[in-house]
Amino acid sequence: MATMNEAATALAAGRRGLGRDLAGLAVILVLAAIGYLLFPNNLALLTRITAIALLVLSLDLVTGYCGVATLGHAALFGSGAYAAGIAAVHFGITDPLLMVAAGILGGALAGLACGIVILRAHGLPQLVLSIALIHLFHEFANKASSWTGGSDGLAGIAPDPLIGLFAFDLWGRTAYVFGVVLLAIVFVLLRLVVRSPFGMLCRGIKEDPIRIRAMGASPTIALLKMYVISGAVAGAGGALNAVSTQVVALDSLSFTLSAESLVMLVLGGTGSLFGALTGTIVFMFFEDLVSAANPFHWLTMVGALLIAVVLFTPKGLYGTVAAILARRRGAGR
Amino acid sequence: MQTIFSIAVDALAYGMVLFVISIGLSVTLGLMRVVNLAHGAFAMIGGYIASYAARDLGLGYGAAVLIAVFGTIVIAIPIERLLYRRIYGQPELTQVLMTIGITFCIIGIANYVFGPTLKTIPLPPSLEGSADLGFRSIAVHRIFAIVCGLAVAGALWFAIEKTAFGVKLRAAVDNAAMAAALGVRTEVVYAVSFAVAVGLAAFGGVVGAELLPVEPYYALRYMVTFLVVVSVGGAGSIPGALAACLLLGGIDTTGRYLMPEFGEFFFYLAVIAIVCVFPRGLAGRMK
Repeated sequence: MATMNEAATALAAGRRGLGRDLAGLAVILVLAAIGYLLFPNNLALLTRITAIALLVLSLDLVTGYCGVATLGHAALFGSGAYAAGIAAVHFGITDPLLMVAAGILGGALAGLACGIVILRAHGLPQLVLSIALIHLFHEFANKASSWTGGSDGLAGIAPDPLIGLFAFDLWGRTAYVFGVVLLAIVFVLLRLVVRSPFGMLCRGIKEDPIRIRAMGASPTIALLKMYVISGAVAGAGGALNAVSTQVVALDSLSFTLSAESLVMLVLGGTGSLFGALTGTIVFMFFEDLVSAANPFHWLTMVGALLIAVVLFTPKGLYGTVAAILARRRGAGR
Repeated sequence: MQTIFSIAVDALAYGMVLFVISIGLSVTLGLMRVVNLAHGAFAMIGGYIASYAARDLGLGYGAAVLIAVFGTIVIAIPIERLLYRRIYGQPELTQVLMTIGITFCIIGIANYVFGPTLKTIPLPPSLEGSADLGFRSIAVHRIFAIVCGLAVAGALWFAIEKTAFGVKLRAAVDNAAMAAALGVRTEVVYAVSFAVAVGLAAFGGVVGAELLPVEPYYALRYMVTFLVVVSVGGAGSIPGALAACLLLGGIDTTGRYLMPEFGEFFFYLAVIAIVCVFPRGLAGRMK
């Protein structure tokens, strides 16, 4: 009887999860359509938001689900961007889908390398390792200027029309639709990953690694796998950025981008894919608004926003709203 | 030989400045377990105040240093009361975000008040020029920085190892709850060490202004360096911090002299190697 009940609950939970997947997908597509209608002249910003959303999603995988503190996640994003750019410029692979594939591969490899180093430590040393890594990647890309263009950036990326039909036009419509579709696919895949037994294992490691080890699983191997997945997602974001802007700049491997992506994640709420998306959208629009209104006070405003988030909504925007809703629902019952 | 000698002097001076600034971070990190990324911002505030006092008010160098140290402490106290209090004992991620936020605010405000230009702190005539050692001459300011570093290290060693306050401090670092149960007023210990840490940061910011120039992005540019030094040295350990500063200062300066095109490549490579080999720092006592 009990097992039947459990099975029924599990089934219901599974169904609810599937329903939320579809709801999330619908929300992404509706928001994308609204963005397209509201800002037809600013599709470049919207495409950039989709690319950064992929980065923040991938950061959520390691920070929110695995509890790895990192201030160097742009290393994976930038590696993906440079992999796609180098494939296009030096090897003539200009098909956008293949470029994204190159980005995913580059990001995954960078994820493997970063994971091996970062997972050796915990707490503050881990943070320091991640900072050192992002600087190392940055310096390396700066030095290998025959491949990466150094501080001038890697220019001259000219992607072919998407599946031979849709050229990347001046207004960035193709790039935007491409980005949204990529984001939607990645989002659904990640929902499946974080709900899978493997995703649960990673959450378990975040809560109590010793217990997971006692249960016979290897925390390091599981986290390393997650890091590679995360690298692939971030690499896809980097490749999308390379395809849409047709240039890869050194700042895609910067400490600032890493710190900003962490800020976006925490602003939205860690440990939830919806939170990652919320944080990215809110932060990027806020950045666009404030830096257009008053570029001098931009940093002050971001700082104040950060302090306010830490003080008033420690669970992030999405986390806080979700908690309030859950309390309402609990009270309603 | 000449190059080796000038590398050694510069590395020593740079390491000592790093030490003066980051030892405060090391103490607060070991004691209060706060990953304070805004520490560099306090050093920057010190530099700005000293520059203002010396250039615009026309005060002497010594007076400027004193005003900078106390002014920075006065600025830091309300920040500690209002903001830091709330992140004691919180997860590292929260602390990192809060202190990055504080850093961004301070940079923005400094940029607004003092403008984006580089600020200099005029040196008194006695610190300008170079001293002749017979076979080689070195800038007096470098010697001054090295002496300051040694003096700070000595004074801190004395205060922590030989005084009653040092005993309380060490007790609070090892086990704050037990120390409080034994009648140590940890609140007071925390407040005093925070003030000392901030004061030392400001002092280092002023003394090191020749090596680490004061400008609005100072706080962001060196934030990582200070944190790295503390982490490599092991939080809360003076000998560890000293060793880390000299080692990393040496690597960084040597890299800059011999292979300037590689920038900070070797610095960060060394950091990764050291952290991997000594995950708790060179003299780690942090759990």
